[in-house]
Amino acid sequence: MTAPATPASSAAPATSAAAAPALARDARWRGWELATLAALPIAWLALPQQALLLNEIAILALFALSLDLVLGYAGIVSLGHAAFFGLGAYTAALVAKHLTPDPWLGMAAAVALSALLGFLTSFLILRGSDLTRLMVTLGVALVLYELANQMDWLTGGADGLQGVTIGALWTPFGRFEFDLAGRVAFGYAAFLLLACLLFMRRIVHSPFGFSLQALRDNALRAESIGVFVQARLVAAYTIGAAIAGVAGALLAQTSGFASLDVFDFHRSAEVLLVLVIGGTGYLYGGLYGAIAFKLLHDLVSAWTPQYWNFWLGAFLVVLVLVGRDRLVRPWTWRPGR
Amino acid sequence: MSGAASVVLETRGLVKRYGGVVPTNDVSLRVELGARHALIGPNGAGKTTLVNLLSGTLAPTRGAILLDGHDITGLAPHARVRRGIVRTFQIGQLFGSLTPLQSLALSVSRQLGISGAWWRRLGADERVGPACDALLRRFRLDDVQDQKVSELAYGKRRLLEIATAIACKPRVLLLDEPVAGVPEGERQEIFDIVAALPDDVSVLLIEHDMDLVFNFAKRVTVLVDGAVFADGAPAAIAADPRVAAVYLGEAHGAAAHG
Repeated sequence: MTAPATPASSAAPATSAAAAPALARDARWRGWELATLAALPIAWLALPQQALLLNEIAILALFALSLDLVLGYAGIVSLGHAAFFGLGAYTAALVAKHLTPDPWLGMAAAVALSALLGFLTSFLILRGSDLTRLMVTLGVALVLYELANQMDWLTGGADGLQGVTIGALWTPFGRFEFDLAGRVAFGYAAFLLLACLLFMRRIVHSPFGFSLQALRDNALRAESIGVFVQARLVAAYTIGAAIAGVAGALLAQTSGFASLDVFDFHRSAEVLLVLVIGGTGYLYGGLYGAIAFKLLHDLVSAWTPQYWNFWLGAFLVVLVLVGRDRLVRPWTWRPGR
Repeated sequence: MSGAASVVLETRGLVKRYGGVVPTNDVSLRVELGARHALIGPNGAGKTTLVNLLSGTLAPTRGAILLDGHDITGLAPHARVRRGIVRTFQIGQLFGSLTPLQSLALSVSRQLGISGAWWRRLGADERVGPACDALLRRFRLDDVQDQKVSELAYGKRRLLEIATAIACKPRVLLLDEPVAGVPEGERQEIFDIVAALPDDVSVLLIEHDMDLVFNFAKRVTVLVDGAVFADGAPAAIAADPRVAAVYLGEAHGAAAHG
């Protein structure tokens, strides 16, 4: 008997073919997605005075986006994502100082090295529980922090890497020097954020992206449908590390500086906060979280500079207890509805 | 296919030991091509452990597992699936945040070898949609295809559990209590679907409902304390007084547990 092994294929002729269009509908662009993406160039054009703040937001958003792939999609908890951010920052700064001032080449080097570090350390997080992963990722970031601290002949140690000059940014419209107001910087950051968002969107709607969500939900079942779970985790972690490297390189290139702070624990914790504020697993949480976080920071600091952490902490407690879905829908607050 | 049926899946002297506990004790089992083979036994007989060994979820302490005569004892679970050994789970193991359609589309994509593609969207391959349509209709999941799996009713989840396995185009299907918790009236339906699988798919079934087992199986293996206790045609097993004694003993035990 040569019939295909799926019994379904011998079933009655199709009366409806709903699956293919329904799957296509899943990947269709939503209006709010387009509006979100369009907001980036619009902000660049409309808010030139805010370019420095917007640049910070874009870098943080990119960093959080990279964590979203790792945590939100692949389900790998990390307290050391700054390892890749920091490596990207130092790589870009060192390339600019010793090799070439070209920002694109520095960016390429940062992405390559961060991806390599992500690939190598991904093997440490393949096995074990969430707790092990938290500790291992934290440990890797601590090791890199201390390496950067000790190798002061290369990194400048605790003083940071001084005297980094970034050359003009090549674009199809001409070459632009980074300006003090941050307009070129934010344009550069917004372009890379947009590019990474589009790349990630492609990934998460693909069979590869769905296999990540599947193994996050249930690794046992994922391998029982034939998904090579370990290989998927390695791939997701490597891509996440590469994008974190982009964010780190952006910080170093647009500030002309790299210091130990880029590896610091507070960076890993902050990006996790940003992602939790914005929401995991739907791609735009990092961007929304970064906007909320930075605006909240600016607002609260202007009002009461010393107590920023207090209000951030209070906000987090409320966010987690009330739940994000309800917090952004005030009309659901009244009980008994 | 004439003459003796060929053996597809075989275990030789399979042992799984945890300290002093031996849930699988020297099991040698043969699953023939196109088998409708049931594995029964009292609670704690080691049935699920045996399925875990066959699927690669657990590694045996000793012994070998052969597929088409090739040793697959050291093969990882996902690699066994790709060779056609597919299992279901007694306690539903599904992808809670996906929809039934997405779950099946992923399984079908995996079976087609395109689940690693990141540059195309899920379902862009024109073979995926029709295969999903057929599975959804066959398992009566088409009315809930776009709901989150975590929000599905229990019966639908059991159907999806099996549909997910069928989407992998198994050559050997290991069903671990496929109708556990399913209302009486719906059990037969699931079995009808399984019974309608093509002749070249071999099925190894673990089940407690004896009526279903004896309706479905053409061969029955009884497992007691991790070892093969009896093996043969359903009629012979049903008539075996020793098997009846084992089950009677369990019935008393179960009654005592309430």
